[in-house]
Amino acid sequence: MLGKLTFAAIPYDNPIVMGGVGLMVLAAIAVLGTVSVMGKWKYLWRQWLTSVDHKKIGAMYIILAGVMLLRGFADAIMMRTQQALAYGSHPGYLPPEHFDQVFSAHGVIMIFFMAMPFMIGLMNCVLPLQIGARDVAFPFLNSLSLWLTVAGALLINISLAIGNFARTGWLAYPPLSELRFSPGVGVDYYIWALQISGVGTTLTGVNFIATILKMRAPGMTLMRMPVFTWTALCTNILIVAAFPILTVSLALLTLDRYLGMHFFTNSLGGDPMMYINLIWIWGHPEVYILILPAFGVFSEIIATFSGKRLFGYTSMVFATMAIALLSFLVWLHHFFTMGSGADVNAFFGIMTMVIAVPTGVKIFNWLFTMYRGRVRFDSPMLWTLGFMITFALGGMSGVLMAVPPADFVLHNSLFLVAHFHNVIIGGVVFGAMAGLTYWFPKVFGFRLNERLGKAAFWFWLIGFYVAFMPLYALGLMGATRRMDHYENPAWHPLFVVAAVGAAIIFCGILLQLAQIVVSIAQRERARDLTGDPWQGRTLEWATASPPPAYNFARIPVVRDRDAFWDMKQRGVDMRASVYRPIHMPRNTGTGIVMAALLGVAAFAMVWHIWWLAIGGFAAAMVALVRHAFDEDREYYVEAEEVRRTEILRGRAQLRSV
Amino acid sequence: MNPRACRHLAKLLSLPLMLSASLLLSGCQWVVLDPKGPIGLKERSIILTATALMLIVIVPVIALVLIFAWRYRASNEKAQYQPNWAHSNRIEAVVWLIPCIIVSALGVIAWRSSHTLDPYRPLASKVKPLRIDAVALDWKWLFIYPDEKVATVNQVAFPANVPVEFHITSASVMNAFFIPQLGSQIYAMAGMETQVHLLADAPGTYQGLSSNYSGAGFSGMTFKAIALPREEFGSWLAKVAAARHRLTTEAYERLAKPSENNPIEYYSQVQPRLFAGIIAGRFDGQGGRRLARALPRAPAPTAASGTHGMAAMDAPDAPAMRSH
Repeated sequence: MLGKLTFAAIPYDNPIVMGGVGLMVLAAIAVLGTVSVMGKWKYLWRQWLTSVDHKKIGAMYIILAGVMLLRGFADAIMMRTQQALAYGSHPGYLPPEHFDQVFSAHGVIMIFFMAMPFMIGLMNCVLPLQIGARDVAFPFLNSLSLWLTVAGALLINISLAIGNFARTGWLAYPPLSELRFSPGVGVDYYIWALQISGVGTTLTGVNFIATILKMRAPGMTLMRMPVFTWTALCTNILIVAAFPILTVSLALLTLDRYLGMHFFTNSLGGDPMMYINLIWIWGHPEVYILILPAFGVFSEIIATFSGKRLFGYTSMVFATMAIALLSFLVWLHHFFTMGSGADVNAFFGIMTMVIAVPTGVKIFNWLFTMYRGRVRFDSPMLWTLGFMITFALGGMSGVLMAVPPADFVLHNSLFLVAHFHNVIIGGVVFGAMAGLTYWFPKVFGFRLNERLGKAAFWFWLIGFYVAFMPLYALGLMGATRRMDHYENPAWHPLFVVAAVGAAIIFCGILLQLAQIVVSIAQRERARDLTGDPWQGRTLEWATASPPPAYNFARIPVVRDRDAFWDMKQRGVDMRASVYRPIHMPRNTGTGIVMAALLGVAAFAMVWHIWWLAIGGFAAAMVALVRHAFDEDREYYVEAEEVRRTEILRGRAQLRSV
Repeated sequence: MNPRACRHLAKLLSLPLMLSASLLLSGCQWVVLDPKGPIGLKERSIILTATALMLIVIVPVIALVLIFAWRYRASNEKAQYQPNWAHSNRIEAVVWLIPCIIVSALGVIAWRSSHTLDPYRPLASKVKPLRIDAVALDWKWLFIYPDEKVATVNQVAFPANVPVEFHITSASVMNAFFIPQLGSQIYAMAGMETQVHLLADAPGTYQGLSSNYSGAGFSGMTFKAIALPREEFGSWLAKVAAARHRLTTEAYERLAKPSENNPIEYYSQVQPRLFAGIIAGRFDGQGGRRLARALPRAPAPTAASGTHGMAAMDAPDAPAMRSH
């Protein structure tokens, strides 16, 4: 009846795991309890959970990313303390079967459920506003994408309490991830969590490509799009091109594990190398899916806070496109040590280095954007400057490892771990934080506290260097990644320093949490009534903060790249003279209901509860078909209501002047 | 905030530089930068050359970030302000050209060194190379000396200044064979054979490890690689040959069962064609045996893109071929 699921699946005997589960349950009870006490369930359901408004969906993506950042960071702290303790005769506090789950979960959560939702959340919040649209092309799909991602994240976190997670590393290389070597449910949790959220991500890709290509305001030609929109376009093209490869690789692994097939097994014609190739053909574009939107964020911020046009816009666009294309031609650099032969290795090594050219150009263009500007050091700009320096170093260690013989001694070492954290924290995370502080007032209508924000930045920056510079050194000292224990006492001091670095970053995260709490408490003082708190240049700043559901009462006409800057210069009156009813999509619960049903089906697949899996999937399809036949999916915002909203906004704007 | 911000940034910048300085000055803990063989030496020089080449751009870029941010700070009214200046053909040409030049130089290094340091490439030497077959097991390394017909676990010895030709496979999941002070690592994969050619310049004991995570016992999957003066290598071989245990099929199957932090073991005799049998999957109890019997003449699947290591199943002594 319940497949492989029994009460024995709950790790009662493991105090660390049960502690984590207890914390999660307490947090969930606290949130649900607060909502109940405040009587906000109806509000939450009507205004948020069923919302198809891109701004709210974006905010929910970022909340998910924030929560997952805490979970993934807890894993990071556990790893750093284990490695600071476990050398020589000290075993540390985590046995291998637990440590191995921790590093696997850390990677999966940080990439799929922290970095991805953060970037997709920023795109959701900003992109339609930037192109002067009223919503995305497919608002219901957008809601479905969000909830599928949430379902995947939940599935991973459930694995903590029921059963266990994969002990395979974040990419689950076979044959280790095959049934023979990983017989438990850990890899199955991995597979289904990624499949379910991967569908969501692919749908997001389709949605945003359509939105960008079809819904730009009149006058906004491709070469007048803001750079963030350009990077988002490239990112979503990459998503649509790359994610199906992940889906197929995982599907083949599923066939091996569930139906005894032999795609990647050691015997009977299986070929694990095929999986490693496939997963990196997805995996390398994936890192650009993460970093390109961050590049877009920095491009917007550096122009705004230098009070100047972005230098070399055309170069920027071509560089972004070049990076997107080249990202599909470098996957083999993740396994030069597989023995592919000199010609193949050299080709992929050189292609990897070629990516450094457009990336270098971008750095120079940001540099020359500051040149002859008026640079203001608000916290988004601090993140940007921190990024430029940190990313330059991370890029350097990356290009170094693109030389195959250098990689032969650095591969899989802590040098590699230091490198990719150098670019992912220095690039993606800094970009996410910069974007969050930059666009927060737009989405919520008030600014984040600057003092706490700047303090958090310094803790993150210093903490990053203290945590990861020792790992570069350890890599050169011959320390490899994923060790739960080591013998060499000379490594120990550096592991301790790295743990201190992680603690410093943790202070940064605490400051950010404090920043959010304090900012909400003091929101009346930090209200943004102008809609343009940073002297912005692009269209999102042309509407109110927070924007009305319909974004723009009158769709702006674009005459320049920095459309809003240009309007301010020309003194264009953005107010509508005649108010017309606005056609908008209606909220729908289908997205969250379908995701919940598919989440149940995925959980059932993990535990081989076949009836529930089939039932959950069938019910989700019924919900989809019902939604498809629902004729009443749109409504009009009455002209009178638009007029009222706009007049109120006009008064607020006047007051602020 | 502004001047303080810049000072902080400058301080942070000096941290990696300090670390790299201490790294070059300190002693033998930096195994990757303190190689004991020609492969490792060449790889170190590539790392240092490539880093130096890139620092030519990275250092000025970081300096310019700080200088521009400071010079054009909003409070500095004296600095020029050109809000609409956003294009310069000259600057654009330079910013495309500089990375292109550096990358071209690195590309030449990458192309050449990929060929000269190809792990499959035999080392030029007047001395006949020593062949050692290495098998990654859960979680230990088995070393078979096919010509000497002895085997060891978690310890491998070879004469200094003699090229060693490692043929590598796995009887379980993927691992990577790596002796950092000698140079290149290579994956160990079941059903396939990979190769790495190494040489130790000086006698000594070097740490060896698996650098690819392979499960619960992975952290203890280390071994000692001992480079001995040639005459001492003879007596070491004699010591192994005098060991009580023999590596029969049964002994191998016992050994192949998972174990963690396995002690060093010596085997005086080795079942003939054991290495080829492991590659053919004859001992894994998962059907490899069936397949091998059904197709006795089929070649084993080859490593990576199919260009390497055609180990014929029933001819373990045939040299690994390589098609181009």
